[in-house]
Amino acid sequence: MDQKAFQHRVPGVRTLYDKVWDSHVVKSYGDGTDLIYIDRHLVHEISSPQSFSGLEMEERPLRRPRAHLAVADHAVPTLARAAPLPLGLARSQVNRLISNTRKHGVRYIPMNDRRHGIVHVIGPELGFTLPGSTLVCGDSHTSTHGAFGALALGIGASEVECVFTTQTLRLRRQKRMLVTVNGALKNGVTVKDVILALIAKIGVGGGAGFAIEFAGPAIAAMPMDNRMTLCNMTIEAGSRVGMIAPDEVTLDWVFGRPLAPQKADEAAARAAWRSLTTDPGAAFDHEVVLDASSIAPQVSWGTTPAETLPVTGTIPDPAMIADPVKRARMKNSLDYMGLKPGTRLSDVQIDRVFIGSCTNGRLADLRGAAKILAGRRVAPGVSAIVVPGSAQVRQAAEAEGLDRIFLDAGFEWRASGCSMCVAMNDDRLEPGERCASTSNRNFEGRQGLGGRTHLMSPEMAAAAALTGRLTDVRELM
Amino acid sequence: MKPFGNLTAIAASLPEAQIDTDVIFPARFLLLPDKVGLGSKLFHDRRAQGGFVLDTAPWDKAEILVTGPDFGTGSSRENAVWALADFGIRCVIGPSFGEIFQANCFRNGILPIILNGDLLARAQAEAEAARAFTVDLPAQRIRLVDNTEANFEVEPHRKHALIEGLDEIGLILKEDLHEIEAFEERHRRENPWLFLNDRQLAHFDDIEEDA
Repeated sequence: MDQKAFQHRVPGVRTLYDKVWDSHVVKSYGDGTDLIYIDRHLVHEISSPQSFSGLEMEERPLRRPRAHLAVADHAVPTLARAAPLPLGLARSQVNRLISNTRKHGVRYIPMNDRRHGIVHVIGPELGFTLPGSTLVCGDSHTSTHGAFGALALGIGASEVECVFTTQTLRLRRQKRMLVTVNGALKNGVTVKDVILALIAKIGVGGGAGFAIEFAGPAIAAMPMDNRMTLCNMTIEAGSRVGMIAPDEVTLDWVFGRPLAPQKADEAAARAAWRSLTTDPGAAFDHEVVLDASSIAPQVSWGTTPAETLPVTGTIPDPAMIADPVKRARMKNSLDYMGLKPGTRLSDVQIDRVFIGSCTNGRLADLRGAAKILAGRRVAPGVSAIVVPGSAQVRQAAEAEGLDRIFLDAGFEWRASGCSMCVAMNDDRLEPGERCASTSNRNFEGRQGLGGRTHLMSPEMAAAAALTGRLTDVRELM
Repeated sequence: MKPFGNLTAIAASLPEAQIDTDVIFPARFLLLPDKVGLGSKLFHDRRAQGGFVLDTAPWDKAEILVTGPDFGTGSSRENAVWALADFGIRCVIGPSFGEIFQANCFRNGILPIILNGDLLARAQAEAEAARAFTVDLPAQRIRLVDNTEANFEVEPHRKHALIEGLDEIGLILKEDLHEIEAFEERHRRENPWLFLNDRQLAHFDDIEEDA
């Protein structure tokens, strides 16, 4: 398998992934692994405490403090933010991040700062995320930053410690997969539906071992917010890396941000980034082609993101599945989700709605949901919250009056954070509650012990909020 | 890291497909600050339902897990691996693993082995029968009680690190530091915008600490 990957390394003809990889090789070990230099590292309160402890236990310094940027996003409350955190594990976790970053000279963005937000929302907002860079974070959704043509990957806590200490990781080059999205999205269909349809098609392990590059007319037409949603969920198809070649949309987005290249470097950076495209004729190990115009709004029905169908579908029947492992898996999912085979998805009632997360907590997402909600009311009995991905998204949405639309519709308008995507603060489902959610994972217990998650786009979540059941948003447009 | 030699132990079978790291280690326990003692939270919500294989003798002493496809997908949380290690699991055998989970295993003395088809089915049968088998890492071979053998692949540097119990960070610092410094200098010269300067970082000067 690796032999094949090497054959593709024809000098002068390279993929985007290989170009960024090659420009960060500190050393080749001659066994297919390379020592890769890491330019940027985002740090949060959940995956870093053991890594900082490791540094201290070994009495090793943090090599390059300026390469790291820290924020507490997972465990912070989205209500009553001005008050001190209540005593407990979340508070001690946040305090530990504050003291660790202070001790090691790493920039920390406080919870009430105007720059606060989810790591994968604020990295790009600040211009910390740059095309052609390598970026890591102890968080699987780091694939998000690949939308800028960065080689970005989620890592474990031991790897975080390795980056703190050495500014490198010893990695094996992945095989390459090209996902081409042709055509144009139909009305009511979003990038979330594209990525859910892709995951349903190739499975949660379909991308394992690959770095995915997204290309094609549908991608070229997408604004950066949507490209980030796409790359964010490549990990749900098993791939740590999802990338899009930087184009003028990317460059226009990056320049002018606080940490973007300054005037003196702008021309050189622009030229370097424009060269980050896959060369014509570069070989991929696997290719998938999707037709955007044939994708309908998607909803997950099970407990993996691949257990997803068009909203017009019906709950599948395990009895129809021949493979015993797959049959058992489907039966477990339906038992957990409390769903019966043959039920129409549009007949499934919901209790809660969550709009937010590093997948769908950006301005384009809130605009999409607000458009559906404008002048309408959330169905009786449904409790709905919007959690902007960052303070900046929240502020920009308020400047456009989106907060009024959400509040008038009966949604709660919260402060930034991961919130009910991972249920590590007070925002969580009660056992048995069913949620229409714009997050990225419908795993058992993900939104709270016994909670049931249906993944969908912000537009679809808004539609579900209005009717109180899973709903084809196209009926409300 | 504890050196990994030969392992002879019974295995627990978990044939379910796509067991993600949220199931292995639920997110609410991520607030626990340390690595030790996490074994009690391993598969917490499954075990709370009763009758879970790892709570059933003799598999409560299992040191090997035989899993279904895509074991350990999802979140990058290394706590899932710390919990397995704390419980006493030294080796996971399955047809495929989540990539980050697999990398995390190697860094915590757990050997992930890819096995498919009949060989996987044999390992599963041995696990269910509670017959101990041997994982011989130096020879890259699994040996069942009837002397049936299955070879497995493992990256040479991973194998070496497991057998010797090596700390990868220490190795990089010892052997590659000069190369890192030389690379960094060149990289800075060629891509100055990848290195934040004082003027850029002044953007954060007005930060006020939380109350």
